[in-house]
Order: sequence, then structure tokens, then C-alpha cells
Amino acid sequence: MDELDRALIVATQAGLPLVARPYAALAEQLTMSEDEVMARLQGLLNSGMIRRIGAVPNHYAIGWTANGMTVWDVADEQVDQLGALVGALPFVTHCYRRPRALPAWPYNLFAMVHGSSRDECSAKAEEIRALLGAACRGNDILYSTKILKKTGLRIGG
Amino acid sequence: MRELDAVDRQIIDKLQGEFPICSRPYAQVAERLGISEDDLLKRLESLLADKVLTRFGPMYQIERMGGAFVLAALAVPEARYDEVTALVNALPQVAHNYRREHALNMWFVLATETQSGIAEAVARIESDTGLPVYAFPKEREFFVEMKLEARV
Repeated sequence: MDELDRALIVATQAGLPLVARPYAALAEQLTMSEDEVMARLQGLLNSGMIRRIGAVPNHYAIGWTANGMTVWDVADEQVDQLGALVGALPFVTHCYRRPRALPAWPYNLFAMVHGSSRDECSAKAEEIRALLGAACRGNDILYSTKILKKTGLRIGG
Repeated sequence: MRELDAVDRQIIDKLQGEFPICSRPYAQVAERLGISEDDLLKRLESLLADKVLTRFGPMYQIERMGGAFVLAALAVPEARYDEVTALVNALPQVAHNYRREHALNMWFVLATETQSGIAEAVARIESDTGLPVYAFPKEREFFVEMKLEARV
């Protein structure tokens, strides 16, 4: 990544221009050619620096009104193998191993589940629990009750 | 809350990735959806204005550029919740922030361009709020794909 890539990130992190030729609009702003903007974006996409290009919905507004962060205290020697299985469940959107913060926080596996109701989320949590079996020593589900901020990445210009 | 129609739902479901990189990308997508380029642009504008979409564009994976994403939490006294929300949200490093039901009742993601940016942001939040920050950096990622179809 060079300075021009960085300038392109700063120019697009809030969103793509909503005009017929968005890459030409960026090119004008950054004094590059439209072809160069497109080639650089394609390069960032190919290298994984861009995960995807598209729309980020507010999941509440599109009907997913119950959003639960399920958290699990899983035996250390089994967490990686079980985490991979939990992450492979079709309804889990994010799944990570994270450090515990004892004594306040005993959980080391995090998996996000979503539904139209809390009942739907807790049924999904039950499926995770069944998968974890005896390796799970405790769990909780933290529902979000408000989006306080959702801007995404913002690096300095 | 805005009522979505069938075209809105199509846009939400079909446009969560793979937006084309070509001279007239909206025209290309619009054709696939059976609407005009102009209609697609107007609908995207209004879906963003109505906050049905929070963003439209590239999603950057800052870790691939040497930066870091870290999940962190605070236990905020109820009486201070709004004040602390304003302090935390004021930092550009806070990419998103959710209220959750738990003693740790504020959960946010820090996104910084460098690894050391995380410690700086944590220290800043601790000094601004007077509250200890619990940081939960990911040790392993098993799965991430936040794509949900419109259900309404």
C-alpha cells in the first residue's frame, strides 16, 4: 500500500460517490485517472485489504431486531476445534476466540446470532450449547438494545 | 421506520458485496435488478438517508494494512450513560458502539491504523471517562460474514 492507496481509502471510507461514474468522480478528486482508481481498488480487493464492496444494512431496519452476542467459557484445550464448528453454523455471523478477563469476564468464545425475536436468538444459542457439550462451563447472551455508533473505519486524511 | 418495498429488498440482498469495478457500476447492477441506473442511485440515496443502510462502499480490513480492530467494553453507571456515550463516540477510532444488557453495558470496536493506536485509544477513553476499559483483542477468527437478507 502506498500514499495513493491510502488517499483512496480516506476518500472512500465513508462511502462511494452516488453518481453514475463513481470511480471517475474519485479520480477527479484525487487527480488520478479513472482507470488507475479502478485498478487500485481491484488490487486492494485482491489482496484482502478490501473485504468487499457493497451495502452495509442497519440490521434492525431490515427486520433483525434481536441481536445477541453469545459468549462461552470453553475449556482451553478444546476451544479452537469447537470454535471452528460454531463458526461453521449457518446462522453465526461472527465467531472469535478472545481472552478472558477474570474474574469479571470468564468467556473466551464469542459468536453473534441474530433473529426477529429473542426467542429465535436463544434457540440458536441452544444449538451452540449442544455443540459445545461438556467443554462449555458457562455462557451468557448479551442483547444489543441500541446502536450508539456505526460509522465503520475512519483513518486520518 | 421506513417500509421497504420489493425493489428495496432486492437492493439490500443483492448489493452486500461484489459491487462491480467498472466505469458505470450502478448501471450494471441496475440492469441486473431490472430498474434504471437513476432509480438505483435515488433508492440508495434514500436508503442511506433513512438509515436502512449505514454505509455503501468498500469495507476495509485494516489488519491487512498493519492496523488493528479490537472489541472493548465498559461498565458505565446508568446515570452517566449518555455522557460516556458522547465521550467514547467522539473518538474517530471508535468504528461502532452498541449498548448491551450486562454489567459491561457498552461494547465498541476500535479500529486503528497502527497496533499502538489501540493502546492510545484505550488510554484516552480511560482518562476521558475515568472508567476501566476491558479490551478483548481477537486471538483467533473462526468466521466472519455479516450478510443478512431483508426480513421485512
